Amino acid sequence: MGVEVKVDGLTKKFGSQVIWNDVTLTLPAGEISVMLGPSGTGKSVFLKSLIGLLKPDRGSILIEGVDIASCSERQLYEIRKLFGVLFQDGAMFGSMDLYDNVAFPLREHTRKSESQIRQVVMEKMDLVGLAGAEHKLPGEISGGMRKRAGLARALVMDPEILLIDEPDSGLDPVRTAYINQLFIDLNAQIDATFLIVTHDINTARTVPDNIGLLYHKHLAMFGPREMLLSSREPVVAQFLNAQRVGPIGMSEEKDADELAAEASIEMPPLPPIARQLEPSDGRPRRGQKEPGAWCAANGVVPPPGSFEPSATSGAVA
Amino acid sequence: MSLSVVTGPARVAGGLFAFALDVVVAMFRRPFQVRELLQQAWFIVTVTIVPTALVAIPFGAVIALQVGGLIKQFGAQSFTGSAAVLAVVREAGPIATALLVAGAAGSAIAADLGSRRIREELDAMMVLGINPVQRLVAPRVLACMIVAVGLNSLVNIVGVAGGFVFNVVLQDGTPGAYIASFTALAQEADLWQGMVKALIFGFIAAIVASYKGMNAAGGPKGVGDAVNEAVVITFTLLFIVNFFVTAIYLQLVPPKGM
Repeated sequence: MGVEVKVDGLTKKFGSQVIWNDVTLTLPAGEISVMLGPSGTGKSVFLKSLIGLLKPDRGSILIEGVDIASCSERQLYEIRKLFGVLFQDGAMFGSMDLYDNVAFPLREHTRKSESQIRQVVMEKMDLVGLAGAEHKLPGEISGGMRKRAGLARALVMDPEILLIDEPDSGLDPVRTAYINQLFIDLNAQIDATFLIVTHDINTARTVPDNIGLLYHKHLAMFGPREMLLSSREPVVAQFLNAQRVGPIGMSEEKDADELAAEASIEMPPLPPIARQLEPSDGRPRRGQKEPGAWCAANGVVPPPGSFEPSATSGAVA
Repeated sequence: MSLSVVTGPARVAGGLFAFALDVVVAMFRRPFQVRELLQQAWFIVTVTIVPTALVAIPFGAVIALQVGGLIKQFGAQSFTGSAAVLAVVREAGPIATALLVAGAAGSAIAADLGSRRIREELDAMMVLGINPVQRLVAPRVLACMIVAVGLNSLVNIVGVAGGFVFNVVLQDGTPGAYIASFTALAQEADLWQGMVKALIFGFIAAIVASYKGMNAAGGPKGVGDAVNEAVVITFTLLFIVNFFVTAIYLQLVPPKGM
């Protein structure tokens, strides 16, 4: 269960405008990865390229030996059955109620009877906390509910790869915390490969096994969570700590003068690294590692106060 | 710069043609979307049937008035009926059908698919491993073609009946002469030709509407633009295609001798 996604030299342009260039990374099977980046760096474009909704200009995306970037349309529809995707606002079918929305993939792809479908749908609706709202139309519910319904639909075919576009936009902090915990528990349960696109720092610091940062038309860094959280690379440190000091400006990139003026300013010290969220039932996940394992293995001294049990939440002051 | 003036429309035309081929292929691919087809056909009927009937009556009446006046000057009143039948069955029927299928059904299809496009529903469907061309577009195109043929029959009947009433009531024509001359000029092939035209027009209207809807971009305004462009392009195409079909038909089928 859970398959590896190998991205190599991926480049995407719209006309002459480069979105990102030469992105190379591997989403390890069964692990949770987060893709971060300032607004407008093409995070959603990256996600859409992974499922073949957008064709990259160069490079390859290998999933179980199939290159999504160059395979035939028929293969693409076949390989997409491995995916579950949660779009930004859920992308529910407006003409169907939530029950039919969630049941849709089952009705199209399986020969399950209506009672079997009902059982699966109710189980997933319950999982995302929407039991009792089956017969509402997508237009009648809040954005957060639509998002959770979208998650139920993405889960219904037992995906091997789950792509999630901004799960926390439009959700209140409490629901965001719940949904983050849900991702961890789901990962422990179904062992799928997760990719979450977000710019919520708290999510990025506490949920994933791996973090990637898209910035200025390239992949600035991709690696284990502790590697990025302990990194002193200015772009990474600035973004992961939501600071104004650093190379990222209001309009994508600060100009040279501003940077020169800032050159003398030292980056503030890194805050302690919080513990990663753990599955609520104590079941181990495949990608789970001991807190501080990466730092110890690579001889990196984490910021003081890291990995203390109390530091689980509220990582960003 | 000057090149883009040529390549722009060429790209749209090419895209439209490729899309039409995709749809035709998808029509014959299992599983057939019978449920969607019936729902769409019923929907198209509900939005077109009343306006079609309402358009057909004055259409038949205008032809009766025009032809009736003209034919009286030649002293050939006994042929009023046959001229009206010929005009309605050959041209007015398919054209009135086409205008309504494009205007009512086409705009509804473009708006529906366009709003699904901008709400990412089509993306979501593709991601769920379902081809929207097969799941949504093919049944809509088939439904449009079937309904267009049905509407064409409706226009024929209502148009001829309207012409009859106007000729008899307003132009003092004799009912017997009107009916007796029905088959003097028109022949069975005219009826088939009208059906084929309606079929082609239904196909074009649905293809253009679906293509524009599925490629809507830029938020709610994009949907409005898509609907507008779909209707304009369809109308233009229909009249051009109508000319060619008529020209070919007149070459293939000799007019009935008297």
